[in-house]
Amino acid sequence: MEKTVNQKAWFLVLPVLILVAFSAVIPLMTVVNYAFQDTFGNNKFFWAGLEWFEELLDSERMWGALGRQLAFSGIILAIEVPLGIFVALHMPKKGFWASFCLVLMSLPLLIPWNVVGTIWQVFGRVDIGLLGYTLDKLGISYNYTQDFFAAWATVIVMDVWHWTSLVALLAYAGLQSIPDAYYQAAKIDQASRWKVFRYIELPKMQGVLMIAILLRFMDSFMIYTEPFVVTGGGPGNSTTFLSIDLVKMALGQFDLGPAAAFSLMYFLVILLISWVFYTVMTNLDKRDGV
Amino acid sequence: MADRSAQRRKPTLRFNSSVVVMGLYLLFLLLPIYWLFNMSLKSNSEILGQFSLWPRDLTLRNYVVILTDASWYMGYVNSLIYVVINTVISIAVALPAAYAFSRYSFLGDKHLFFWLLTNRMAPPAVFALPFFQLYSSVGLFDTHIAVALAHCLFNVPLAVWILEGFMRGVPKEIDETAYIDGYGFGRFFTRIFMPLIASGIGVAAFFCFMFSWVELLLSRTLTSVEAKPIAATMTRTAGASGMDWGVLAAAGILTIVPGALVIYFVRNYIAKGFALGRV
Repeated sequence: MEKTVNQKAWFLVLPVLILVAFSAVIPLMTVVNYAFQDTFGNNKFFWAGLEWFEELLDSERMWGALGRQLAFSGIILAIEVPLGIFVALHMPKKGFWASFCLVLMSLPLLIPWNVVGTIWQVFGRVDIGLLGYTLDKLGISYNYTQDFFAAWATVIVMDVWHWTSLVALLAYAGLQSIPDAYYQAAKIDQASRWKVFRYIELPKMQGVLMIAILLRFMDSFMIYTEPFVVTGGGPGNSTTFLSIDLVKMALGQFDLGPAAAFSLMYFLVILLISWVFYTVMTNLDKRDGV
Repeated sequence: MADRSAQRRKPTLRFNSSVVVMGLYLLFLLLPIYWLFNMSLKSNSEILGQFSLWPRDLTLRNYVVILTDASWYMGYVNSLIYVVINTVISIAVALPAAYAFSRYSFLGDKHLFFWLLTNRMAPPAVFALPFFQLYSSVGLFDTHIAVALAHCLFNVPLAVWILEGFMRGVPKEIDETAYIDGYGFGRFFTRIFMPLIASGIGVAAFFCFMFSWVELLLSRTLTSVEAKPIAATMTRTAGASGMDWGVLAAAGILTIVPGALVIYFVRNYIAKGFALGRV
């Protein structure tokens, strides 16, 4: 659509600008403020320069959390994206069963995140949880509060449970937009199932899949509540991801300087990914010619 | 390919691979929820004492505890209050902004749009401490409005994106015709344009509601007693006499209800919402 140049449109955007500035810019400036200063209490601050950042870059704690975070995001993407596509390909196309599946699949997305944690905390317990009990009866030793591997497995299965539907829903929406004529043409050409997927469905889903991947990457990158409820970051530090570590530092230990420096770095990473996301989105809009 | 088109022609449910895949997937999704539901209908002694797939000794005691104790059900009321305030604010400010983005180009519009997106993607953990200090200093700590405003951080950008996606689908000729017919902007917007994108407003409102409802970190940080959300109240079940599993499960089930009630209405738009209005 051709857009008219109209500077007065700024007035329409103004409320959003003020509101978001209040809830984003002011807090962010506080963070910047702390990141470069130090205090001995009494609200007296002095300039600390890059001290906190240097400390942060040297700290094994931060690198450990970042490493675990990247591993976590990588693993859940590697599971959720193929699984989501697979599920979308098997969803009913229309009618009652399509609605039925859509509604049930959306259910985990609407559960408060701490309840998601609670559900899996209970489900995995050896004494009262179905999963833990079954595994225990099968003779598999499973204890997510003590065992490193079990903790990771629980957190990952929980995230797959929670968010695979998002990928599936987006992929499904992409599939729905493919005209029947494409399939008929493929049938005339006697294309195999795999070729239909590779040359018709996958290219058509490309746009929404990019959105799904970026959204999942970003949201998993700031995951806090669910693993916190289930494992509390443990055993040891083994499931302490970036946000958990940051909250521990800022609200638990009140280490304002390091926490602020941590926040800024965290935010820069997010900014970078957002930029990729935005570029992808605008390119999609252009390609669709809207 | 062959079985796909066959399936399309025959609406009757056949026992084929699709049904198996979907069946297994839905089972995987629903089993943990069922387990919580199952627990919520048991007494604590049954939960801990014997392992059973369904409640042998059905009891509603856990729900009664929650619905009769003010410190419990006020959690739900508090959550609902700030979620509704947040949804109203978000939609109200996002509507004109989304209109501006979808219709006009102006100085810095792309940068502004990108900046809004970064706020949707910002980790709440980064904002928890500064929010706490900001709202304490202006005397809003532990009020519903504080949580509602804090959630605007990610909900306003989300609402703008979703609404903009719906608005660009409305042809511009409608605006022009209305202006020629003598409608002012305000009247045109409320009388003609808003009814046209009613479904978009509904979807945006649903997503604001949902993301505000599921968020815990900020709402817990910004409240202590007066505006404490249900999610934070749930941690109470760990008492001196051990965990009250039954009540915890019942509280969890009750938090799923609002989402489950409205999901039916937006089932066809939920993908569009998650894709920020772009599918």
